[in-house]
Amino acid sequence: MNNRINNKMNSEGKLLSIYFTAGYPALNDTAKIIQDLEKNGVDMIEIGLPFSDPLADGPTIQASSTAALKNGMTTEILFEQLKNIRNSVSIPLIIMGYFNPMLQYGVEAFCEKCEEIGIDGLIIPDLPVDVYHEEYQKTFEKYGLINVFLITPQTSEERIRFIDKVSKGFIYMVSSASVTGSGKGFGHMQTDYFKRISDMQLSNPQIVGFGIKDTETYQQATKTAKGAIIGSAFINHLTESGTDSVSDFIAKIH
Amino acid sequence: MTYHANKKGYYGEFGGAYIPEMLYPNCEELRQNYIRIMEEPSFKEEFDQLLKDYVGRPTPLYFAKRLSEKYGTKIYLKREDLCHTGAHKVNNTIGQILMAQRLGKNRIIAETGAGQHGVATATVCALMGIECIVYMGEIDIARQAPNVARMKMLGAEVRPALSGSRTLKDATNEAIRDWINNPVDTHYIIGSVVGPHPYPDMVARFQSVISKEIKWQLQEREGRENPDYVVACVGGGSNAAGAYYHYLDNPNVGIIAVEAAGKGVNSGESAATSALGKVGIIHGSKTLLMQTTDGQITEPYSISAGLDYPGVGPMHAHLFKSGRGEFISITDDEAMIAGLEMAQLEGIIPAIETSHAFAIFNHRKFKADDVVVVNLSGRGDKDLDTYIDYFKL
Ligand SMILES: Cc1ncc(COP(=O)(O)O)c(C=O)c1O
Repeated sequence: MNNRINNKMNSEGKLLSIYFTAGYPALNDTAKIIQDLEKNGVDMIEIGLPFSDPLADGPTIQASSTAALKNGMTTEILFEQLKNIRNSVSIPLIIMGYFNPMLQYGVEAFCEKCEEIGIDGLIIPDLPVDVYHEEYQKTFEKYGLINVFLITPQTSEERIRFIDKVSKGFIYMVSSASVTGSGKGFGHMQTDYFKRISDMQLSNPQIVGFGIKDTETYQQATKTAKGAIIGSAFINHLTESGTDSVSDFIAKIH
Repeated sequence: MTYHANKKGYYGEFGGAYIPEMLYPNCEELRQNYIRIMEEPSFKEEFDQLLKDYVGRPTPLYFAKRLSEKYGTKIYLKREDLCHTGAHKVNNTIGQILMAQRLGKNRIIAETGAGQHGVATATVCALMGIECIVYMGEIDIARQAPNVARMKMLGAEVRPALSGSRTLKDATNEAIRDWINNPVDTHYIIGSVVGPHPYPDMVARFQSVISKEIKWQLQEREGRENPDYVVACVGGGSNAAGAYYHYLDNPNVGIIAVEAAGKGVNSGESAATSALGKVGIIHGSKTLLMQTTDGQITEPYSISAGLDYPGVGPMHAHLFKSGRGEFISITDDEAMIAGLEMAQLEGIIPAIETSHAFAIFNHRKFKADDVVVVNLSGRGDKDLDTYIDYFKL
């Protein structure tokens, strides 16, 4: 399999990936935010499909999801907003969302639509790797989609090896045992963990997420990992400064 | 054919563990150990002893003479209302606190809606001297003040769930998030047969003491272990799971599940999950749940806070889908009237959850020689305000 994600992973340098919740702050901000992120040199984007009950998320992303749903965001509308996105954007695009909305849309229909639009991958925190491997991998791959799995400091070596085997793009390395947005900076715990994973010589590159919020945490994370994902800090920026100052935020990280 | 969970925690197509990787170590530790621990003689001994001396088990199986006469059938009541703390919930929390101790956990979290499970959890934490944090939706905290006070008096910290709709499902989300943030020292005592594997099976096993007792008690009274029907109300489904447990695979025993229709199944204000739900994932379990066509989980409504859950345990989803169980929805009004009738015919004021189960007799005929066991899951003290309001007492 070779898609935009693989090409990006094989490129030189460290990667900055940004997560935002589709439909937030306003319902129709989705395409503009994606375009601005690419213009400002972001390497990859995770488009959050909002869910009513986001178990793995902290207050910031929860609140943005609740607001996006109030704004009227649905799976159908998101696909409509992204319909022509490949006319203007060429970096990898990943949809990140919980499994239930995908189940209701129909897993195969969802994948088919993603391929049609030019989505490169999916991150589904509550679809465990074992279930994916047994029931859904064939479908995802039929539509050229890369599914991305999470590991945490608590994930056993054996399980990391299994996740590495099933993964075809990168491994999402959760920085600490926490939900999103609980970043207090990185200490020894994290740097030891980053190094431990790096020393495992996995076949997939690792991108660190959860708790990345500024230049310092970005640099700590990318010392060993291929890249880092910023979510809550970017959402907070959108909440405080609106959608016209995406460049300010990215400039502060890079 | 079995209606119990398989090794992976599936009941037919329902169940499993649809959890974020962050929860995997916690659930896996539990999954690998729960059956082994439950089967240890020292665990059994301590569990049985506490159920006897602390909870007050066995609870009576009482022949409801006047109710039976009125409805022309033989009605027995399994008196879970006489358990310490006033409902069946404590059977599970006793089991889980012993489990937590054996897993070396020193911090307990729980979710609660009406506060019954929160109180039962705070109670066992006080009993064992273990730190206890109960998540409760901000809206529920406001409408269930006496149970909030009980939990506080028992030494628990009640933390408001401020996210989403600020009720039971959100309190459950918050408890799960807490568990993600505290993966090593904390055990999550979930309050019903819901959540990821192994919770539905583990909670059902702890509650199975209900049907274990019914068997010998009915043998004593009727010379037979098996009733014709077992009836229970279903919120998440734990009292029902306990009442059905030893009869699940016996086709001669009819299983009747009563859900809350709220203001009517089609009123838009209902909690009748089997009637309104579709297959999906809630709190880590594949089951039936109330949701929008877009897969967003919707807020249920029932006059009884304990039946106000948008999903149902995977065991019950399977009982429904397979046809093994008969599912009936009862409105607020029908339940309230049945509760009043119960008080006046038998001198027992039931929890409003349980009142739903009693409304079955106005819905469905039983034969004169049928033996019908109704699980009297809890007492009505906690619901007096609602009864007072409703009947202008
Ligand atoms: C008395 C009583 N019955 C029933 C229930 C519903 O829960 P479950 O379906 O898990 O038994 C509750 C929940 O609070 C309760 O307090």
